[in-house]
Amino acid sequence: MKAPPLEQSPELVSLRRVLDESAAVPVLLFFATGVLWLLAGTVFGLLTSLKFDMPDWLAAIPALTFGRLRPAHLNAVNYGWASLAGAGCLLWLTSRLCMTPVRLRGGLIASVILWNLGVLYGTGAVLLGYGGSVEWLEYPLPAAAMIGAAFLLFAASILQTFRMRSVQHLYVSLWYTVACVVWFPFLYVAANLPIYSGVVHGAVNWWYGHNALAVWFTPIGLALAYYFIPKVIGRPIYSYYLSLLGFWSFALFYNWNGIHHLVGGPVPNWLQTISIIASVLMVIPVMAVAVNHHLTTVGHFRHLRSSPTLRFTVFGAMCYTAVSFQGSLESLRGMQEVVHFTHYTVGHAHLGVYAFLTMILFGAMYYITPRVARWNWPHPGLIKLHFWLTAGGISIYVIAMCTGGILQGYAMNESVRPFAQVIDLTRPWLIARSASGILITGGHLVFAYLFAQMLIHAGPRRETAPWEEAAA
Amino acid sequence: MLFIRLWMFFAGVLATLFLGWAALIGVPGVQLASVPAQPGLRPYTYEEMHGREIYMREGCVYCHTQQTRPQGFGTDQKRMWGRPSVPGDYVYDRPHLLGTSRTGPDLLNIGARQPSRDWHLAHLYNPRAVVPESIMPRFPWLFEEKTGTGPQDVPLAPGSHIVATREALDLYAYLLALNRTYPVRRAEP
Ligand code: HEC
Repeated sequence: MKAPPLEQSPELVSLRRVLDESAAVPVLLFFATGVLWLLAGTVFGLLTSLKFDMPDWLAAIPALTFGRLRPAHLNAVNYGWASLAGAGCLLWLTSRLCMTPVRLRGGLIASVILWNLGVLYGTGAVLLGYGGSVEWLEYPLPAAAMIGAAFLLFAASILQTFRMRSVQHLYVSLWYTVACVVWFPFLYVAANLPIYSGVVHGAVNWWYGHNALAVWFTPIGLALAYYFIPKVIGRPIYSYYLSLLGFWSFALFYNWNGIHHLVGGPVPNWLQTISIIASVLMVIPVMAVAVNHHLTTVGHFRHLRSSPTLRFTVFGAMCYTAVSFQGSLESLRGMQEVVHFTHYTVGHAHLGVYAFLTMILFGAMYYITPRVARWNWPHPGLIKLHFWLTAGGISIYVIAMCTGGILQGYAMNESVRPFAQVIDLTRPWLIARSASGILITGGHLVFAYLFAQMLIHAGPRRETAPWEEAAA
Repeated sequence: MLFIRLWMFFAGVLATLFLGWAALIGVPGVQLASVPAQPGLRPYTYEEMHGREIYMREGCVYCHTQQTRPQGFGTDQKRMWGRPSVPGDYVYDRPHLLGTSRTGPDLLNIGARQPSRDWHLAHLYNPRAVVPESIMPRFPWLFEEKTGTGPQDVPLAPGSHIVATREALDLYAYLLALNRTYPVRRAEP
């Protein structure tokens, strides 16, 4: 695709080179360790799933019992993979959008090290039986403190780079980036304070669990989608005003959603109700983003074929719309009566953190890595394979878990059905989920292989130098 | 830039998070902090607390809830899983173990529903020996094999060489303490 001539001016090309060089070391460190956690987390996840199908397999090893593998999976993929890869993407993005080199790079190196030690300590602790049993907050306090400190170093770098910006215009992606590095530390500290008990602790748990998505993961995904969709297609975002409406309604409504995880539980009714209302109001920011992204893409679908970045990003952006509408519906009392406590919730969670966020992270990494590693992706065929294994895998995953979950929910709500029948009913869906997990694992192995080749500059040298182009 | 001033942007960002926190944690925190324990509830004993730690260590919370839903919302009542739970049932729960998944049944009142020690020990050692359809994990490391069993030992079955460890017995004590069948005496929010 021919990029607009302005984008290709020699000054801009050499400025971009300076920016990418400033970002290279920290970004590659965040990416590389993120990919390692992706692999570890995938293994934990696949084992967790297989445990449902074969409960007597590896049953005598305490560290590999279901109840430890599951939180190890959740924490490794969220605080390891998605957070590290997301942080790397945001660093590069901030430098590009502020047109200034990445600042506080020494602090970033310390941040990566501390972050990884925190995740290693925390995940090890969970596997060895020292997990806290509070979903999303299982890590022991020292591990959480390490991750918190690492996050502050990362946030300081983003804010300092932002302060030194040499541009007037603040693009939408920057709003989300700056907001999330300010939001997350407050959230993480407030939730990890060891002062709660009883039902209030339950409320804090889900205020946090949902907000980890609201103020950290979703802003990453949206910042990247807002950047890469117009960038790759080569036309501006459809509407600036929609972006503005999307951002502020997102900021207002999303962090009131958490208590919809406790609908029907022993928390005050009014509290459940306001969370349900806020969840429904999420339709506003989601529509704003969906319309904006879709109207930017429409008529340019041919780029999906040539650009892996766009293919992953558009898949992710579509899943954002899907998961958000699903979430608004799911929070309603009638729906919660059936699907709360079932595998449906797990399907929904993966539609969010995987089909939306992780796919967008893959897309962004396909764009960023060649520019910071100064090497082109070898084997375009393998990139396609990676896409189809993960996109196919996660689609099967979500369909299996949501269908199985609905059946499970209805069966559980038929009081005459013995519980054993409910278990039998879910079995085939859980097997389908394990099969999808094998596809996804395959996709991750392909991606890790490609990424390793980029780091060591292996594979066939391809002619075009991507960092000289405006578009992928 | 439509935020007029940058500081307004930051103020807005902080305000939105704070508003959510105040509504979801601040206000209910104040409202619930004054909720006393239900008169029928007693604090956990030392053994039960230890059992609770085993429950956390093995991740029982990922398959079992500890919250019972009211009549008209699901069928907890018809399944006899216990009256709807109220905040005063959880005052001694630190951390909370409300749970989000019912891969297995709710356990808030398992101590009333299934008090048998033999049943629980056999079930923990191998759930499928008790419920063939079960997909619950086995917990063999809560048991040990002994050549000769003494009078204090709790074997799995009469004459069995597999005996429960302290951990298994304390976990059983905790399961037995999961019993909120006393009537709700005080109205609660
Ligand atoms: C992988 C999910 C899973 C995990 C983890 C799990 N369970 Fe279960 N549990 C089940 C299932 C499924 C059943 C229903 C079938 C059965 O009775 O075995 C069940 C049943 C039970 C029952 C009987 C409930 C009743 O109403 O009859 C008890 C008690 C129990 N589990 C305790 C525990 C304890 C204690 C732990 C942790 C040490 C634990 N479970 C971990 C899945 C799980």
